[in-house]
Amino acid sequence: MVEFNTTEGEIGVLKGHIPLTVVIAPGIITITEESGTKEAALHAGFAEVLSDSVVIMAEIIEWPSEIDLERAQEARDRAEERLRSRTPETDVARAETALQRALARINVVK
Amino acid sequence: MASMRDIKRRKGSIQSTQQITKAMKLVSTVKLQRAKSNAEKSKTYFHAMYDTVHSILRKSQNLEHRFLRSGESGKKGVIVITSNRGLAGGYNSNVVKLITQGELADEDLAIYAIGKKGRDALGKKYEIAADYSDYIEEPVYAEAMRMSSRILKDFEEGRISDIYIAYTGFKNTVSHIPTLLKLLPIIPGSEPDDLDEAGDEIEDNTLMNFEPEEDDALDLLIPKYITSLIYGCMIEAVAAENGARMQAMDSATSNAEEMIDKLTLMYNRARQSSITQELTEIIAGANAIS
Repeated sequence: MVEFNTTEGEIGVLKGHIPLTVVIAPGIITITEESGTKEAALHAGFAEVLSDSVVIMAEIIEWPSEIDLERAQEARDRAEERLRSRTPETDVARAETALQRALARINVVK
Repeated sequence: MASMRDIKRRKGSIQSTQQITKAMKLVSTVKLQRAKSNAEKSKTYFHAMYDTVHSILRKSQNLEHRFLRSGESGKKGVIVITSNRGLAGGYNSNVVKLITQGELADEDLAIYAIGKKGRDALGKKYEIAADYSDYIEEPVYAEAMRMSSRILKDFEEGRISDIYIAYTGFKNTVSHIPTLLKLLPIIPGSEPDDLDEAGDEIEDNTLMNFEPEEDDALDLLIPKYITSLIYGCMIEAVAAENGARMQAMDSATSNAEEMIDKLTLMYNRARQSSITQELTEIIAGANAIS
């Protein structure tokens, strides 16, 4: 089973799914196999779901071992700060994606 | 026969040229190693991107989307990837020839140049819409993103009707293939020769579903597709450039070697004959006195 976030919400894909194309939203991807579970932070891209395969075309994806936790926490604080002290020039959408990314990184390490 | 001094001077100048070509060969060998491992690493993604987008489009029917049909403008956009520096054998001219002598030769083209050599060669005949020559030195994904958004904007605003990319594909160190690939509009199922077959499994007839709606999904998906294709082509082209330069410099070095051998032979012959002549003169002089 593969679970990840899409722009329309969370999705879990099992074998035999109907063909589906989704756009990825920042979050954690969980791949469950017979041998165990693997997790990674997935930030952007799209996915093609077929009955017997899921192809994730990620623009950015990181295994927990590749993540710098401190940097992610700093990025989270920065993004939160920017959203709190909102001024007309603040690029809200950008700050929000930055926050989502940082949260995905932090959560996948924990 | 040329004088000994002339031959010596010529030999010296060829020797110093050979030293330069030898050094350049070493430099491009090192660069090739790095570019090659980059190209091999990104190749999987690049091919998967191509296959996935085409398989998505093949499974969908009656798609009506602005990225899936030609625009109305008579101009076609071509992204041309060449190098900034010469001395790479036929590398640059092969890509240029692909355009000036290929199927697009008589069309009205807008060139998006990546690489100074291609820009200069094509600038005489066609319009240069944009110049991204600095990007080829060290391809970075963010730059490919900036480029693709500019080109897609031109496409959406009707300045160009089709988008092609001309680059040199890197097959292995000695074989590079100049390739012209159509980026937009995407014609599902068209397989350029150098990309692997999509592994046609038994096509089931279930239609593709889209989340969000088709139009929104394709709006997001196709720019990503174009960006990664441009990026992949750039990475391959860099590897091919260094491979081509390495080969060109290798053959230049061995040509120089050959010429030096020939000149050495000529020099020795000239020296021999001048000694013989001197001896004859001395003997003749001595005979005359006695």
